[in-house]
Amino acid sequence: MDKIDKSTSLWSDALRRLCRNRLALFGAVFLLLIVLFSVFAPWLTQYEYFEQDLVLGAIGPCREHWFGTDTLGRDLFTRVSYGGRISLLVGACATSVSLTIGVLWGTISGYFGGHIDRVMMRIVDIMYALPFTIFVILLMVCFDDVEVRWIDPQLFTLLLLFMAIGAVEWLTMARIVRGQVLTLKQQAFIEAAVTLGLSRRRIILRHLVPNVLGPIIIYTTLTIPSVMLLEAFLSFLGLGVQPPMSSWGLLINEGADAMEEYPWMLIFPGLFLSAALFALNFLGDGLRDALDPKSTGEP
Amino acid sequence: MLLTIDNLHTTFSTHRGTVHAVNGLSLSVAPGETLGIVGESGSGKSVTCYSALGLLPPTATTTGHAWFNGVDMLNCSAADRRRQLGNRIAMIFQDPMTSLNPYLRVGDQLIEPLRLHREISKPDAEARAVEALRETGIHDAERRLRQYPHEFSGGMQQRVMIAMALITEPDLLIADEPTTALDVTVQAQILALIRNLQATRDMGVVFITHDLGIVAGMCDRVAVMYAGRIVETGPTTALFKTPRHPYTVGLQQSLPANQQHGSHLYTIPGNPPDMTEQISGCPFLPRCARAATECGSASMHLEPAGKDQWTTCIREQPP
Repeated sequence: MDKIDKSTSLWSDALRRLCRNRLALFGAVFLLLIVLFSVFAPWLTQYEYFEQDLVLGAIGPCREHWFGTDTLGRDLFTRVSYGGRISLLVGACATSVSLTIGVLWGTISGYFGGHIDRVMMRIVDIMYALPFTIFVILLMVCFDDVEVRWIDPQLFTLLLLFMAIGAVEWLTMARIVRGQVLTLKQQAFIEAAVTLGLSRRRIILRHLVPNVLGPIIIYTTLTIPSVMLLEAFLSFLGLGVQPPMSSWGLLINEGADAMEEYPWMLIFPGLFLSAALFALNFLGDGLRDALDPKSTGEP
Repeated sequence: MLLTIDNLHTTFSTHRGTVHAVNGLSLSVAPGETLGIVGESGSGKSVTCYSALGLLPPTATTTGHAWFNGVDMLNCSAADRRRQLGNRIAMIFQDPMTSLNPYLRVGDQLIEPLRLHREISKPDAEARAVEALRETGIHDAERRLRQYPHEFSGGMQQRVMIAMALITEPDLLIADEPTTALDVTVQAQILALIRNLQATRDMGVVFITHDLGIVAGMCDRVAVMYAGRIVETGPTTALFKTPRHPYTVGLQQSLPANQQHGSHLYTIPGNPPDMTEQISGCPFLPRCARAATECGSASMHLEPAGKDQWTTCIREQPP
C-alpha cells in the first residue's frame, strides 16, 4: 500500500514534468522507434540475417539493399535490425542487473555503516581488482560444458553474457550510491523519519532511495552505452555473440575492418548505436530533472 | 508521571577515547507540564533526550531506564519503541529546512505518522492533515498539502513539522531548539503556537534550548545541565529569582539584558570540561568563583535547597 502512495505523487509528478520537456520526450519517442525497428525485424525485411549471397559481395546502398551488403553479401539493413535486438537487450538486462545489485548494495552498505560497510566495500574493492576479461572468460568456460535443456543454448550464452557484464558494472554504481547515502543519512529528515517510528525498510525505500535517484539515473544512462560497447568487445574476442548472429557492436567491429573499402558497413551500425545513445542521454537528463521537485519542468 | 528518566548514562566511543556525554541523569515530566532543559552547547541536552528514546547510533552505549507510559524505552524491543515514537512521543527539530524530505509532498509526509500508527484510510488521513495545518495557522491548507517543502518558508516548514508531530495527538512533545534557526518574529509565533497547542491537549513538553528568555516564557520547570548532569532544577520563577548553583547564576549574568549598557559582556570564565575524562567531584569546580576544597569530592546528588528547588552544589545544600 505504501508503494501505491508513493507512486501517485512522486512518479506521476515526474511523468507530468517529463512530458513538458520536449528534448526528453523526443529522446523517448526516438528510442521507442529504434526498439520497434529491432523488435519487428523479421517483418521489415525480405532477407534473413544469415542469408549470404557470395556472388553479390559487398555492394553499396541500393534499392534492393538499403544499407548495402557486407563482404559475405548479407543484407546490412537486416543485420542492423536484428543486431539491435541483441544490443538493446544487453543494454537493458545488464544495466538492470547492475542497477539492482549496485543500488541495494550501496544503500545497505552506506546506511548501516560500521563493520557491514567495511566488509561490503572491501568485497567491491576485490571485484574491482579482478581483471574483467579473465573474469568473463572464467565464467564462460565454467558454464560452457553445462548441459542446459530448459533453455536454448544460444540464449543461455547470451544470458551468461548479461550476467557477466552486469556483475562487473554494478561496482561503480554501488560506490556512487554508498557515497550519496552516507551524506544523506546525516540529514535531519532521515533522523526525523526515525523519530516518527518508521522501520528501516520504509526509511530506505521511501526517504533514502528517492533522494539518490538523480545520480542513479545519470550513472545509468552512462552505463547503458558502456555495456553495449563491452558486449561488442566480448563478441570481438569470441566470447559473446557469434556470427552469423549480429549485434551493433559486432557489426561495428566488422565495419571498422572494412572501413576503407566499404564505409557503409561502419556508418550504418555506427549511426544506429550513436543515435540510440543520444536518445538515451536526452531521456536520462530529462528524467533526472523530472524527478527533482525543485525543477520547473522547462529544460 | 509521563516520562521518568532514571540514572541515565550515555557514552560514545570515539577515536579520542570514551566521551561521557550523560552521567547519571534522572528527571521526570508530568502530563501537561513543560520542562525546560538549558545549558551550553555540548552539555548533553539533546543527547539526553535522544538516548532516553533509544535514538542514538550504535557507537553510543546507554544504560539506565526511561519509563514512558509503562514502557521502558531503553530496554524494550525496537518494534515496541517504534510503536511509541511518532505516535505517543513526537519530536520537532532545530532546522526545519532540512527536517522535511525534499522529494515528498508536504501532505504525504504529514500523514505518514497517521498512516503508520493508525488504521486510517488515505482520504481520512488527508482530512486530518488539512485540519492539523489549519491548527498551526497555515492558510489555504488544501493547496499547501500538494506542495513540496522547498515551496515553504522556514517558519512555515516549522509549522508543518509541528503539525506532523501533533497529528497523532501525542502525550509528550520533545522540542529540540525548535526556534534556533528562525528569526525573532517567527520565533515568537512558533513559541506561542506550541504553547496554545499544548494547552488544548494537556500534553507534556520537553523544551531543549540554550535561550534563557524562552525558558522564562515557556516552561513550568527548568533543569540546568552542565557536563552531562543536571546541576539544578526547580520551578521556573523560583529558579530565576533565587538561582542556587553558581553555574545558573553565571548563565543569568551572561544575559545581555542583565548587564549595564556600555560595559563588557559578562562571560563565565574558563571552558567546559573535557568530556573524555571521568570527572570526580563537581565538574564546574575549575570555573567556579565559590569553589572550596570539599567541592572536589562532592557526590553530585541533587539535594533540596529552598522550596521545590534542588541543586548539586554542596555550598547551597543544608548541612
